[in-house]
Amino acid sequence: MKSRAAQTILDESYLETRAKLLEVAATLDRIDRARHAGAQLELAADASVRREQLISAIRILLNDAPRRAEDIQQLFSRHYDPQWRDTFGLLPEHAAPATSSETPSASRES
Amino acid sequence: MDFIDPHIHMVSRTTDDYATLARMGCVAISEPAFWAGFDRGSADGFRDYFEQLTAVEPRRAAQFGIQHHSWLCINAKEAENVSLSREVIAMIPEFLDRPGVLGIGEIGLNKNTKNEATVFLEHLDLAIEHDQLILIHTPHLEDKYQGTRMILDMLCDDSRINPDRVLVDHVEEHTIAEVLDRGFWAGMTLYPVTKCTPDRAADMIERFGGERLLANSAGDWGVSKPTAVPDLIFQMRRRGHDESLIRRVVHDNPAEFFAKSGKFFEPVR
Repeated sequence: MKSRAAQTILDESYLETRAKLLEVAATLDRIDRARHAGAQLELAADASVRREQLISAIRILLNDAPRRAEDIQQLFSRHYDPQWRDTFGLLPEHAAPATSSETPSASRES
Repeated sequence: MDFIDPHIHMVSRTTDDYATLARMGCVAISEPAFWAGFDRGSADGFRDYFEQLTAVEPRRAAQFGIQHHSWLCINAKEAENVSLSREVIAMIPEFLDRPGVLGIGEIGLNKNTKNEATVFLEHLDLAIEHDQLILIHTPHLEDKYQGTRMILDMLCDDSRINPDRVLVDHVEEHTIAEVLDRGFWAGMTLYPVTKCTPDRAADMIERFGGERLLANSAGDWGVSKPTAVPDLIFQMRRRGHDESLIRRVVHDNPAEFFAKSGKFFEPVR
C-alpha cells in the first residue's frame, strides 16, 4: 500500500477542510441567531440533546488519537447490549461451538 | 477501468443511467431487493417486483452490455410485518433458479426490533436450505452500530453459516473491523450524507487493505449517485494507489464473491 506524506495530504485538503469547518461554524451561528431572535431561547429537549452531540463531536476533533472518525461514529450510535437475544427471547437454534477467543482485535488494520 | 457495482437499485433509475454506467466502465451490477419507498400491501406485490428484478432489469441492462444480477428477500423495513414476510419468504424459492439470481438479500435490520430479527433468522434458514449466498443490509445512522453487532451475533451464533459466503454491506469506520475480523466480506456504500464518501472509503482501504472489501453506490430513488464507484476510482488514483489495488476492490472482489453462487461469470470484453 502506497503512503503519502502528511504534508501532501494537508496541502491537498487544507482549503476543503477549512470550508467544512466554516460550514459547521455558520450552522451553529444560524441556530443560535434563530434562538435569540425568537421568543423561545431554549431548544426543545430532544433538539438540545442533538445540539450537545454536535458540540461533543467537535471536542473529539481536538483529540490526538488517529481514530476521530470512529469515535464520532460511536458518539452518534445507540448502545449495543450483548444480551439482546435474551431480551427478545430469540435464542440460537443452531449454535456454533463456544470458543474462547471470539472477541475480534483491532489489529487487522494494515 | 472496468468495474462492478455490487449494490445498486436500477428499478429506481433511468435508462440513461445504464448508458452512463456503461460509458464509465461498468460491466456488471447486482441489485438486491429493497424497500420501494412505501410498504407493499401483499405478497403479490413482491411477486411482481421479483419478476421485474429477475426478468425485466437484465434485459434493460443487456442493451448496454452490462450483466445484471439480483438478490431476493423482503427487506428489513417491511419485515416488521412478520406474517407478510413469511408469505414472501415462502414464495422466494420459485425465483431462485433464475439465471441472474445470486442469493438472498438485502436482508438485515432497520430499527433493530424483535420482528426484524425474527424475519432475518428465517431468511438465514431459507438461504441455508437452498445453499444461497447472503447479502446483508446494516441499518442507518444511530442504529448502525447496534444493528451490525446484532446481525453479527445472529450470523456467528449459527454453526451453519460460512462467513465466506456472506457480504455485510454499508460498513463504516465503527463497524468495518468487526465484520472483516469475523471473516465476512464487507461492502462500503458511497452514498451522500448518510453513509460513506469516496474519500472516507479510500481511507478505509488504506487502513484495512483490499482483502474482502467491496465498494458500491446503492443508487436508488433517494438522493444518491449511481456513478459513485468511478468517483472512488478517481479518488484512489489521485492518491497514487496502484491500479491493481483499485481493480481488486471495484472489480475482482465482487467477481470473486459473486462466483461463489455458481451463476456469475466474469464479463469478457
